[in-house]
Amino acid sequence: MTTAAISPTIAAYASEFAAVRASANSNSSSWLTSLRESAWAEFEKIGFPTTRRGNETWKYTDLGRLDRETFSRSFGEISLAEVKSAAPWSDDWQTAVVVDGKFVAGLSNNLSGAGVSVTELEASAAADEAVIKSALGQVAKVEGNAFVALNTALFSGGVFVNVAAGVETEQPVHIINIVTAGADNRASYPRTLVTAGANSKASVIESFINLSDGPQFVVPVIEVSLGEGSTVTHYRIQLENEKTIHLGTTRTVHPANAVFNSTSFATGPAIGRNDVHTLLAEPGAETTLHGLYITNGKSHQDNEISTTHEKPHGTSHQYYKGILAGKSRAVFSGRVVVKPGAMKTLAEQKDMNLMLSHGAEIDTKPSLEIYADDVKCAHGATAGHVDKNMLFYLMSRGVSRHDAAFMLVAGFAGEIVDEFQPAQVSEFLYKKLETIIPGLDSEGIL
Amino acid sequence: MLEVTNLHAKVADVENGEILRGLNMTVNPGEVHAIMGPNGGGKSTFANVLAGRTDYEVTGGDIKLDGESIIELAPDERSHKGIFLAFQYPAEIPGVRPWQFMKAALDAQKEARGEKKLSVREFSKLFDAKVKQVKINPDLMKRSLNEGFSGGEKKRNEMLQLATLEPRLAVLDETDSGLDVDAMRIVAESVNALRSPDRSFILVTHYNRLLHHIVPDVVHVLVKGQLVQTGGPELAVEIERDGYKRFMPEPAAAGA
Repeated sequence: MTTAAISPTIAAYASEFAAVRASANSNSSSWLTSLRESAWAEFEKIGFPTTRRGNETWKYTDLGRLDRETFSRSFGEISLAEVKSAAPWSDDWQTAVVVDGKFVAGLSNNLSGAGVSVTELEASAAADEAVIKSALGQVAKVEGNAFVALNTALFSGGVFVNVAAGVETEQPVHIINIVTAGADNRASYPRTLVTAGANSKASVIESFINLSDGPQFVVPVIEVSLGEGSTVTHYRIQLENEKTIHLGTTRTVHPANAVFNSTSFATGPAIGRNDVHTLLAEPGAETTLHGLYITNGKSHQDNEISTTHEKPHGTSHQYYKGILAGKSRAVFSGRVVVKPGAMKTLAEQKDMNLMLSHGAEIDTKPSLEIYADDVKCAHGATAGHVDKNMLFYLMSRGVSRHDAAFMLVAGFAGEIVDEFQPAQVSEFLYKKLETIIPGLDSEGIL
Repeated sequence: MLEVTNLHAKVADVENGEILRGLNMTVNPGEVHAIMGPNGGGKSTFANVLAGRTDYEVTGGDIKLDGESIIELAPDERSHKGIFLAFQYPAEIPGVRPWQFMKAALDAQKEARGEKKLSVREFSKLFDAKVKQVKINPDLMKRSLNEGFSGGEKKRNEMLQLATLEPRLAVLDETDSGLDVDAMRIVAESVNALRSPDRSFILVTHYNRLLHHIVPDVVHVLVKGQLVQTGGPELAVEIERDGYKRFMPEPAAAGA
């Protein structure tokens, strides 16, 4: 055991938690208060992770900045028009708007849909105690995870999406998380809990939009508590600025035949982390984890994607694609654990990277840990450059070199972007690609 | 239209290994030329050098189109001047749809020539007609370019692009290889439909098969990087009967 002196930055989070604790007395649920207390105690105990030897999951991602820079919560204002112009929007969707980490009902839309209710998590903690208490902090556990702990201790309001049993929705729930312009070194802790009743079917889009151009610290957590036979489709859009640290966590627990499909689009931050774990706890569960990361300049994007198969007949698919430019770096750390007895597991992992510059670096390590017999598992990773034959083929029809390279890069991205539904969301992302791709430092390829 | 004089070329980035060694050829408007020859003679290299593939380096001679050298032009610029290469092995390109690709290509060509671009509706009408003309499965047009296409479908897709772009000089690089009779007929029909007094073709082929369907004006035999014989369609018939043996150089005398 080592005891580190409390750094000034940790002290800042401590005084924030003191403020949360002080304001908690009035109308919060006592169980939520004690959940926050234990989360804070965990954070105090473990502190921020370091890249020191033995800390395998943080090997490639250096968070030294968190020891030097202080980030604290503060809340800006934004108009509905600004929200609508920054993120995909449809009046048909159920939309929750979260500003600098705080749920804002006044900007949100259609919160109570047929069979799907979207409410402030904290405000619902008393009324929906039975449902929330058994899920919040139970799916995304604070133990050993500094950022889930910090989020649990400090989140403001939070979003609670509750899908009734047997309900199948046509329209998605969209949670728009916006960091406003106007102040630097803001910390925000967006928190979302999704509970899906048995045999329900719903989709949830999370957009993370940053309107500031200064350094920010964004620490979101979404946990999805699935009912038997339920299907939740999740889309995650992370559009960050190049000074921000964005450390996101996604957690699910699957009962029998529950399905969680998630597709991620991540670009922008100084340090980004997309940490996903799906726990297939009962037979017949299924998960598909797909994603695209685009890194440029000095950006760093870490994808920690893992699935645990505990019972037989589970299926997991991990498929991530990266586009790397400039001196950026990305990590794909895919992990599938097949526990003893998880027979007839089908697991696939693949990571493909398109390297646009010599200075960019990918550390990709898909890994399978199999402790059961009679399973079907496969994994692979590739890294390649823009294909000269493809470039020549497109140019031979009259397309300029620049346009041909754009088509190849956008085409590489398109396989993942096309998954985003409704189509309006993938169109939004294609529009983003039109500015992102030409801005990549590709040493003249583009 | 096309004038190739004393053309020498090698694989870029290697010291030796000249593949084309003084090739001379003139193609007039409206003519169909066939280039036949044994494997390794330089047929595909010549087709690719015409289209500007940078894997090859021209080390001597010239290629002139309408009197102007095109040696220094990039592949897209050659395309704007009306050169089209139907590939022996068309690339499979994920995420690029055939419709989108052809629209971008035709737009680029029109822009380079100072012509008016087609609207989306005008282009769709044109493209749909061409899809019907070359009898390619329209469902393939919704997929990624050439991805998961059979060999025959890829060649049809090349013919679709040929028909859509209407080049002035089309070079078909072994388009007949690996095709069944039906696919071969489609290729031949596509070419024959486009034959006109101001459009020329160069058909690169190993066999005479395709030339039963497309009757060439001129037949050349390419061996070891040079055209060793030029004649009429009867030359192709002769090759079909006797093979390439009589065009092959004498084996070097044995010895140290």
